[in-house]
Amino acid sequence: MKRHEIRVCILRVGGTNCDMETKYAFEDLGVQADILHVNHVVKHRSLMEYNALVLPGGFSYGDYVRAGAIWAKWMLAKMGRELMSFVDEGRPVLGICNGFQVLVEAGLLPAFDGIAPYPEAVLAPNNPPGFHCRWVYIRHENNGKCIFTAKIPKGQVLRIPVAHAEGRFLFPKETETRCLKRLIENDQLVFRYCTKEGVEAGGKYPYNPNGSLYDIAGICSPEGTVLGLMPHPERAFYWWQLPDWTRQSFMPQYGDGKLLFESIINHLEKKF
Amino acid sequence: MRYRVKVEVSLKPGHSDPEGETTARLLRELGYSVENVSVSKVYTLLLNAASHDEAANKTEEMCRRLLANPTKDNYTICVEEAP
Repeated sequence: MKRHEIRVCILRVGGTNCDMETKYAFEDLGVQADILHVNHVVKHRSLMEYNALVLPGGFSYGDYVRAGAIWAKWMLAKMGRELMSFVDEGRPVLGICNGFQVLVEAGLLPAFDGIAPYPEAVLAPNNPPGFHCRWVYIRHENNGKCIFTAKIPKGQVLRIPVAHAEGRFLFPKETETRCLKRLIENDQLVFRYCTKEGVEAGGKYPYNPNGSLYDIAGICSPEGTVLGLMPHPERAFYWWQLPDWTRQSFMPQYGDGKLLFESIINHLEKKF
Repeated sequence: MRYRVKVEVSLKPGHSDPEGETTARLLRELGYSVENVSVSKVYTLLLNAASHDEAANKTEEMCRRLLANPTKDNYTICVEEAP
């Protein structure tokens, strides 16, 4: 598939944000990206016209019930079959922040034994409590399964911002050790919060901004084609989005977030 | 029959409750000897069902499908006939 033929669907509902940033990021790399309201996609049954799907950040449906829960169940009810086909065909699905919460609530992540009827994990309220909007460092942990990070060497530290109140990734207490082991063994662990030097955060604030289990910032599906992460790569795409651009004598043209977008596009160019 | 169903969704034991801890800390600052605060959410549903059992079963299903996340939530259901 040629780059200019790639079409990315960025879904939006009431309360989503950063959809425009995501569109700009893809378009900057020569890919077509459409922002579509979920009702539009349901009405026109148009999801399968796209090669990749992005669920952006925000506070869909006011984060009522739990963050991402309403959007997740609504999507499953209205376009569940199409969504499953999309995932089964290996077309990439990226969930950023609220999008990650939606993927977990929909059972699409971690999906140890396929898409789960009920959530297998949760993104619980932050600990320390409150909405945290800050730049964090995350370390790439994946051994090669995740198609979204193919261009990032294992161990590389990325600087990307988070902005959320519910990002504390947890497994059920009674199966926590087993699930974590499985996540690592399946190569589904993608990003962990760390220090600037790449040392694991060890749950310590502010390196780990939300108290996430094992400093987890992002995970992928067993096939590596569905990724959810709390940090916002689209907010670290251009150099002028970086927090210290006025203080640096030399700035790269792009931020670390670009690596994720490039990886998705490279995968689509090669695979389809 | 119409039933009024109260669903209380609370955190499973052992899960940290940052909202409760923050509230408890502030209440102590205000001079109350509060040992612990745990926060839960109450949904009150007005629901049509053929029987008490059906109302309870339907609500149970709603909890599993939407209202509670089994990773961190417990829930209790209380069904009563609505006038």
